[in-house]
Amino acid sequence: MTLLFVVLIPFIGAILVAWASRLSRFAAAWSAGLVTLGAIATLAGVVEPVAVGETLVQRLAWMPTVGLDLAFRLDGLGLLFAGLILGIGLLVIVYARYYLSERDSLGRLYAYLLLFMGSMLGVVLSENLIQLLIFWELTSLSSFLLIGYWREREEARNGARMALAITGAGGLALLGGILLLGEITGSYDLTVILASGDLIRAHPLYTPTLILVLIGAFTKSAQFPFHFWLPHAMAAPTPVSAYLHSATMVKAGVFLLARLFPALSGTWEWSHLVGGVGMMTLLIGAITALFKHDLKGLLAYSTISHLGLITLLFGIGTPLAAVAGVFHIINHAIFKASLFMAAGIIDHETGTRDMRRINGLWKYMPYTATLAMVAAAAMAGVPLVNGFLSKEMFFAEAVSLATQMQFGWLLPLAVTVAGIFAVAYSLRFIHDVFFNGEPIDLPRTPHEPPRWMKVPVEILVALCLLVGILPALTVQPILTLASASVLQAPPPPHDLAIWHGFSPALWMSVIALLGGGLLYFGRKPLFVLYDRLEDRIDARRLYNALQDGLFALAGGLTRLLDAGSLQRLLAVFIGFALLLGGAGWFSADSPLSGPRALLPVDGVSLFAALAMAAAMIATVALHRQRFVALVLIGAVGLLVSLIFVKFSAPDLALTQLSVEVVTVILLLLALYFLPQQTPAESHRGRRLRDALLAGLAGLGVGALAWAVLTRPYSGIADFFLANSVPGGGGHNVVNVILVDFRGFDTLGEITVLALAGLAIYAMLDKLRLDGRGCDDVGRAWNWDSHPAIMASLTRLLLPLALLVSIFILLRGHNLPGGGFIAGLVTAVALIMQYLANGVAWTHDRLPANLHPTIAAGLSIATLTGLASLAFDHPFLTSTFGHFDWPLVGEFELASAMAFDLGVYLVVVGATLLILIHLGLMHDASHGDDACPVPLNQRVAEDR
Amino acid sequence: MEALLASLIGLLTACGVYLALRGRTFPVVLGLTLLSYAVNLFLFAMGRLTIGRPPVIGAGLGGGYADPVPQALVLTAIVIGFAMTAFVIMLALKARAEMGNDHVDGEYE
Repeated sequence: MTLLFVVLIPFIGAILVAWASRLSRFAAAWSAGLVTLGAIATLAGVVEPVAVGETLVQRLAWMPTVGLDLAFRLDGLGLLFAGLILGIGLLVIVYARYYLSERDSLGRLYAYLLLFMGSMLGVVLSENLIQLLIFWELTSLSSFLLIGYWREREEARNGARMALAITGAGGLALLGGILLLGEITGSYDLTVILASGDLIRAHPLYTPTLILVLIGAFTKSAQFPFHFWLPHAMAAPTPVSAYLHSATMVKAGVFLLARLFPALSGTWEWSHLVGGVGMMTLLIGAITALFKHDLKGLLAYSTISHLGLITLLFGIGTPLAAVAGVFHIINHAIFKASLFMAAGIIDHETGTRDMRRINGLWKYMPYTATLAMVAAAAMAGVPLVNGFLSKEMFFAEAVSLATQMQFGWLLPLAVTVAGIFAVAYSLRFIHDVFFNGEPIDLPRTPHEPPRWMKVPVEILVALCLLVGILPALTVQPILTLASASVLQAPPPPHDLAIWHGFSPALWMSVIALLGGGLLYFGRKPLFVLYDRLEDRIDARRLYNALQDGLFALAGGLTRLLDAGSLQRLLAVFIGFALLLGGAGWFSADSPLSGPRALLPVDGVSLFAALAMAAAMIATVALHRQRFVALVLIGAVGLLVSLIFVKFSAPDLALTQLSVEVVTVILLLLALYFLPQQTPAESHRGRRLRDALLAGLAGLGVGALAWAVLTRPYSGIADFFLANSVPGGGGHNVVNVILVDFRGFDTLGEITVLALAGLAIYAMLDKLRLDGRGCDDVGRAWNWDSHPAIMASLTRLLLPLALLVSIFILLRGHNLPGGGFIAGLVTAVALIMQYLANGVAWTHDRLPANLHPTIAAGLSIATLTGLASLAFDHPFLTSTFGHFDWPLVGEFELASAMAFDLGVYLVVVGATLLILIHLGLMHDASHGDDACPVPLNQRVAEDR
Repeated sequence: MEALLASLIGLLTACGVYLALRGRTFPVVLGLTLLSYAVNLFLFAMGRLTIGRPPVIGAGLGGGYADPVPQALVLTAIVIGFAMTAFVIMLALKARAEMGNDHVDGEYE
């Protein structure tokens, strides 16, 4: 699983770096660099087969039953991107060390950067598309964190939110597209999908699939009309802009286009959508870039434009255009990262990024200026630098396509215009910054940056030149590999030479260079025009209006349904449930009663049912007398347990009985802190409405129960009844289901119980409630809080009760009982001590720290489950055996019993935790103040 | 017998819903308790009614057993129901401490 490690190393490294940054900035930078080197070394171990054109797929079964694997893929395209991500990542780490000021946390930046690195590696190395999407979303999240790195700045927060909203929405669309692809091909594996291009293109769902996938790609790669988030993302620190927003993350969209090229391309829809959007983006980006006064703004729009260029190349759809697209991905990543770094140096040294103020820096930093000029030449497409080569291929493709379609001549024209603007803005980047007079009012006097800040730029610029001058020796192998995996076929012959003779493409380059020069030096009137138009062509305004509209809509809808009143909300909720239930009920035409034979009613049952009905109605009728209502509801609960007894559910009866005791004690304790009476507040209309809702709900549920009870059915009971003894080693099927067949569910349930207990503990922690020492009329609550007879008896009973609960626990596997019931019985036995002897007395004798008990219970249950893994069985497989014990005789032991012990401990711990802490609060709430009225005095209200 | 149980479940639901719609926390908690009885009995009834045949293998009774699956479901539901009741009542106490009254909306209408 080498590829898995390549992806995981940065994620783990992120934690490591965050920790190391406490030591020093030095440690943070070194650890981040070493983590990246580690990932590079791991990747290098598997490069060999890929270098000769194979595709490496590694799988780890994850959820094999539903066909979900953790699957990674390394081919030429993946290798190219992984190389860019790791290589430029390493340079950015070095650069960022010197870029960030002492005030900013280096560890946080590096940790986020490594999170991003891992996510991005996951995108480019995924074989499974769902998995790819997860990493895709992770890149959006880490980009959000990185843009918002300076969280005290408003523009950083806004930019981060905008980027997340747009790329997140695109991710959602992409999910839809991926699911459709899975529907069409029956698999989420890239290998399958890439091989079924014809099937996908012929499918009726092709167009929606394509559009959804494209929305995902276009939002990520900042294509028109989603491009406006990218300039706002420039609020991020410049190393982040260099890394995410020019070299890698924004390439994820075009990566996806390249990845799915064999599956989706080659149709009218593809060429028009992808080509059209690419061309629009190319033009808009190039034109806007010229007018940006912000150094990073210029580079951001230039990035948009170049991404449009790559998109357009993939949209053209010929194999040669795809090769050019891949080539431009490489070139753009290299020169744009170096330009951003240069811009960062300038910003760092001058304190501003406004090109109207930065002028004539050649005098102050000639070395940096030289580097930046070479990189800018690459951006403009000047010969001998790498950008020229891919641009020539691009021009050539545009020309060759021009003869093949209607209005085809538009393409070379548009492309040349974009080329002119690219030259013009590159020229501006050089001339306006390094020459053009003297700097105006700079915050600091600029000078050359620290040595190591320049090294990453030097490396990248050297690469620009090497690729530009000796393409066949440098970039050719990886380009061939990557193109082959984009096309899923050997790439067409292409010649990466600087000189192709006097081709149309060369003339276009010449026109672009000359035209760009003219445009730049005649730019003044255009700037005036642009300033006048700028406000009208800002897509951000549309976005803001859309966002405000959505917020208003959501707010209005919420206010309509939720007036801040629980009563009203609940009434609406129940009303809707009734409507839905009623609609289902009246639209079906099956009879209410089914043919199942009914059981005869006997006298005792009828009497018990009547008693229960009476108790319920009395609970409602007397609910204002809270204490009375509580006693009555206790009676209802006891009668419920009798129902379980009657209908063959002894385990349920025992559970219900013990829970009832605990619940009533709990509610009694709580009632002490609440008013004893409920005031009559609801007016008649509301009471009638509630009675109507309640009556209808009761009628509906009752009718439903009747309809179910009178119909025959066949369930899965037979399986459990048949396998309980041979498979689970227990005769009590309910208990075997709980601790064995469905043990995982039970583990979840005791976890919930533990969480509820701990949450209640946390809630009570700082809570101070006033309890009254005297009742409503001023008497003490009782004669004697802890009557001697009761105290002595419960002390005597304790060992007996504990013995019973252990007996119930042990026999649970074979007879009614088990961990839940035993736990509750133990809890009741202990609570009796508190009730009879007082909290203080008992607290001294029993450890009240119940967290360890809960923890032990959960650990035992989990470890029992894990133990089966050690024997190569799935989680929570149980085993059992019969042992002959001295004195005791034959005794069965099952691993499920250990699990049940865990259940028992959690139940005891959570129940006691809740009750004891409420009881302690009880004690603390009132002192032993004497009450004004003696207990035996009769008071008028009492009668 | 089926009719008897169905009516009890219906009545429990009605009483539970009515109390849950009250304006003070304590009756609402009582209402939720009644509702959880109703839900537990309803789930239990999905296994149909059987008398005298608990799902304990070899209990010496011919003629099959009651369905153990709904029973196992309901058993944990009862315990979780207790945890929920406890949580809600503690919320009610907390709300009373922070708001100074026990109205479900935190204020008088």
